[in-house]
Amino acid sequence: MVMEIVCPAGTPAALRAAVRAGAHTIYCGFADETNARNFPGLNFDRTEMREGVAFAHGHGSKVLVAINTYPRAGSEHIWHSAVSDAASAGADAVILADPGLLDYAARHHPQLRRHLSVQAAAANADVINFYAQSFGVKRVVLPRVLSVAEIVAINAQTEVETEVFVFGGLCVMAEGRCSLSSYATGRSPNMNGVCSPASHVEYHESNGTLDARLGGYAIHRVGKDEPAPYPTLCKGCFSAGEKSGHLFEDPVSLNAEQLIPQLQKAGVTALKIEGRQRSRSYVAQVVRNFRAAVDALDAGLPMPQGMLARLSEGQAVTTGAYKKTWR
Amino acid sequence: MPQDMPLIPIFPPVLARIFAPLPLLPLSLSLTAYSKRVANKHPGLFRRLGEHDHARYILDPTDLPFVICLEPKGGTPRVFAIRGSAEGDARIAGPLAALLGLVHGAFDGDALFFSRDLVIEGDTAAALALRNAVDDAELDISEEIAAMSGPFAQPLQRLFAFIQGRSGVFLSRPEEATLW
Repeated sequence: MVMEIVCPAGTPAALRAAVRAGAHTIYCGFADETNARNFPGLNFDRTEMREGVAFAHGHGSKVLVAINTYPRAGSEHIWHSAVSDAASAGADAVILADPGLLDYAARHHPQLRRHLSVQAAAANADVINFYAQSFGVKRVVLPRVLSVAEIVAINAQTEVETEVFVFGGLCVMAEGRCSLSSYATGRSPNMNGVCSPASHVEYHESNGTLDARLGGYAIHRVGKDEPAPYPTLCKGCFSAGEKSGHLFEDPVSLNAEQLIPQLQKAGVTALKIEGRQRSRSYVAQVVRNFRAAVDALDAGLPMPQGMLARLSEGQAVTTGAYKKTWR
Repeated sequence: MPQDMPLIPIFPPVLARIFAPLPLLPLSLSLTAYSKRVANKHPGLFRRLGEHDHARYILDPTDLPFVICLEPKGGTPRVFAIRGSAEGDARIAGPLAALLGLVHGAFDGDALFFSRDLVIEGDTAAALALRNAVDDAELDISEEIAAMSGPFAQPLQRLFAFIQGRSGVFLSRPEEATLW
């Protein structure tokens, strides 16, 4: 069975590009704080969501709606209506992280398939099985901290489908619980749907040197011929005394294209591409590459060599935790 | 175009010098007329700008001797070209070919930014909103200009296709197979 390619779409145009490029499934979100990519100019209003789902279904693709931030006490209705509107738009599933919202979806929309977002940071079989038994979760998006061997072990102990990231930006180790963006800006992906929000980002270029700041903090300074960074704290380059370096993570992107055969053997159902904030050009290119890869695998052909480095942050890629070589 | 290293054509300096003394008013009037047509045809573009729909954008084709000021004005846009520096909420600078490639969805904005082909200054959120709104609008400048040109539509489209073929500059929306 061909592994499912799950592709990002930040706009209706990106959704159509993903479908035309061969995406099996597209994930997207509403234009508000209910999804973790609440960026300016992105996402879908209710009409666009209905039309997007209809377009995808008309071409044999599925749509998952990410409602994966944590509701604010007293404003739960915003998240509840997002779940209800996803159901009425004809979404194939919702991607949720908050236990209260999972409970709401299970009670009020039991026929609507529920996936557990990476924002829930469910990294072992016990917790995954808890979400399955308590809220009927059918699929879990695994956090980007697991090796292939650990994914094998999880799949051996759960009936829940697993979906893993194979391309795009890497996130710090405890998604859904990271407070770095909040520390610098007061806004976080967990509550507001924005990590390192653009409203708090400043760039200054002088004589070829580019300074990138977040909330007034200098996060990066790069020279004339170095790739430009986006100033997220977890990928910042900091100086202390005589030393400078990336304290948490290097500014590189994940590319696990060549690990797809191992992931299939590990029992993984779906391969997820990060990047709802990226253009339809990015979506089309990455989807085509990964669709070709899984089709080649299914046909018993060698994996094609990808050429996606230029699309990546830092213009460099890593296989991340799948092949652990911790410093 | 190779997928891993797209070439961003630079506007020929000789031609840029020829354009330098020419009056910019005809260009400004044409740009405003074009932007009003886009506003009518793609109202969603301005809706996507959200709180930034009254920002002033400076679009700076670094290989041309002028900059373009874009004022969306909530859907009744004004666009004009001026020489020298201009003040705005956000400045997006890069070779003309990079800016046109972005408009047509041929290039990925983040990738151009990572590679330093594109420079963003000022209000990053406003710049991001414009980038995302334009990307969703699926604009085709050649098609729009041809549609405004009555009997000259077909010759113009042939001219645009010829220039695009010779220069590598995306003057129209490419087939998705050629995107990177």
